[in-house]
Amino acid sequence: MKFQKRTIGLIIYFILLLLPIYWMLNMSLRTNADILSAFSFYPADPTLDNYIKIFTDESWYSGYLNSFYYVSMNVVIALVTALPAAYAFSRYKFLGDKHLFFWLLTNRMAPPAVFLLPFFQLYSTFGLIDTHFAVALSHCLFNVPLAVWVLEGFMSGIPREIDEMAYIDGYSFPRFFLTIFTPLIRTGIGVTAFFCFMFSWVELLLARTLTTTEAKPIAAIMTRTVSASGLDWGLLAAAGILTIVPGALVIYFVRNHLAKGFALGRV
Amino acid sequence: MNKWEDNKAWFLVIPVFLVVAVSAIIPLMTVVNYSIQDIFGPGQRVFVGMEWYKEALTDERLHDALSRQLLFSTLVLLIEIPLGILIALMMPKKGWGASLSLVLVALPLLIPWNVIGTIWIIFMRPDIGLLGAAVNGLGIPFDHTASPFAAWVTVMLMEVWHWTPLVVLLAYAGLQAIPEAYFQAARIDGASVWSTFRYIQLPKMRGVLTIAVLLRFMDSFLIYAEPFVLTGGGPGNSTTFLSIYLVKLAVGQFDLGPAAAFSIIYFLIVLLFCWLFYQALLKVGTGDKS
Repeated sequence: MKFQKRTIGLIIYFILLLLPIYWMLNMSLRTNADILSAFSFYPADPTLDNYIKIFTDESWYSGYLNSFYYVSMNVVIALVTALPAAYAFSRYKFLGDKHLFFWLLTNRMAPPAVFLLPFFQLYSTFGLIDTHFAVALSHCLFNVPLAVWVLEGFMSGIPREIDEMAYIDGYSFPRFFLTIFTPLIRTGIGVTAFFCFMFSWVELLLARTLTTTEAKPIAAIMTRTVSASGLDWGLLAAAGILTIVPGALVIYFVRNHLAKGFALGRV
Repeated sequence: MNKWEDNKAWFLVIPVFLVVAVSAIIPLMTVVNYSIQDIFGPGQRVFVGMEWYKEALTDERLHDALSRQLLFSTLVLLIEIPLGILIALMMPKKGWGASLSLVLVALPLLIPWNVIGTIWIIFMRPDIGLLGAAVNGLGIPFDHTASPFAAWVTVMLMEVWHWTPLVVLLAYAGLQAIPEAYFQAARIDGASVWSTFRYIQLPKMRGVLTIAVLLRFMDSFLIYAEPFVLTGGGPGNSTTFLSIYLVKLAVGQFDLGPAAAFSIIYFLIVLLFCWLFYQALLKVGTGDKS
C-alpha cells in the first residue's frame, strides 16, 4: 500500500519532468505554420523537415561541429593536465597542497560573468578570438579543477601499496603511471571525461562571447535564431532536441557516479 | 591514508597550475587593473582608485539586483530542498527501477542551459505552450513577457524543474549510504515512517544536504543563461539577477571600470560561500571516515 503511494508520486513527478521536454519534441516534429495555426497535444502530421534542415544547412550543423570540436579539445586538455596533478594530491603531502586545492576549487565556483571581460581582452590580444582553442581554454577555468577533484577521489580509492610494489620492481614513474596506474582508474577517467564534456557542452556565456562566426557553438546559433529569423519554433525545438541527445545517450553509463560528479561539478 | 611527504610533487601539479593561471589568475588581475582606472580607449586611462568601488556599492540598480538575487536564492532553497528529499525518499532503492529513476531524474541536468530557457519559452507561451495555454484557458491571464509576477513564476518553475534533480541525486546518494541494519532496528522498535525519517534518515543525510544547500545557493547566485534566454532580465528589470546585470554593464554599455569593480565585489561574495562550502565539505569528509 505504502509502496504504491510512493510509486504513484514518483510517476507524477516524472510526468511533470518529461512534459516540457515532450512539448519541445512535439514542436520539433511540426512545421512552423502548423504550430502557429493549431494547438495540438501531439504532432497530427509529423514531419522531419526541421531536422532535415538542420542537417543540410551548414550554418546550423556547423554549430554542432564547433561545439563538439571545442568540447573535445577541452576534455583532452583537462584530462592530460589533471591526471598528474590528481596523482600528486592523492599520494603526496607537499608545500601548500591544501591551499592550492582550495584555490582550484574557488575557480570552479567563480561566476563566469566575472571572467567574461578579461577573457575577451586577453584572447583579443593573442588573436585567439573566434577560435575553438579560445573556448576550450576558457572552459578549463571550471573543468580542470573539476577533473582534478573527481580523479583525486578515484585515485585515493587505489591502495598505495600498488605504487610501492611497482617502484620496488624498478618501474620508473612515467612507466608505472601509464602502464599500471592509468588502466586501474579507467572508470574514473571515463567519468571525469563525461562530466568535463557535459559542463563544457551546457555552458553558453563564455562560448558565445569568445566566438563570432568561425567557432560559434550551437547554443549561440540558437539564441541568434530566436531574435532574428522571426521565430521558427519548429526549427528551434528541433535544434534543442538535438542538443539533448548526446547527454541522454551516455548518461546510462555513468548513472552510478552521477551524484558525485554533479556535487563536485555543479552543472 | 598516510601520504608521502615530498615537495617534488609540485612538478606534477605544474601543468594544472599553468592552465588555471592563464584562465584565472591573469584575467582576475586584469579585472583588478580595470577596476581602479577610467578607460577611454587604448592607451588613454586615468587612475581613479576606489572610485568605481564606491560607485558600485551605491548603485541603486545593483542593490535591486542583489536583493532580487537573495530573494530568488532563498526561494530556490525553500522549494528545492524539501521537494528533492521527498522525491529521493520515493525512489526505489535497487533494481531496474532505481537505474531508470536515476537516468530520468538526471535528464534536465544534461541539457544546455540556454536550451532549458528555450524549452520553457515554448512550454509557457500563451499561444503555443502547453502550460501557458492551459493557465490562460482557465481564465487567468498569464504572460511571462508582460507581467513581472508571471515572469517570476516562470523563472522559478524553470529553476525548480532544472535543479531539483541535483538535490534528488545528492539526497538519494545519502540515503543509499545508510546501512540496512538501521531500518531493521527501526522496524523492530515499531517506528513510524515519520520517526524513521526524523531520527534515522534526516540525521544521516546531514552531510549531503549541507552540500546540496550550499551548491544550490551558490549556483542560483550565479544564474545567467536560463533567465537570460527566457526573459532577458525583463519585463523591465524584474528578473535582472546579478550576472545578467553584470553582463549588461560590461558588454552592453561597455562600462569597464564599474563592471570590473562590480565583478570583484561579486567574486568576493562568492568566495565567502566557497570557503563555507569547503569547510562544510571537510567536516563531512572526516565524518564519513570515522
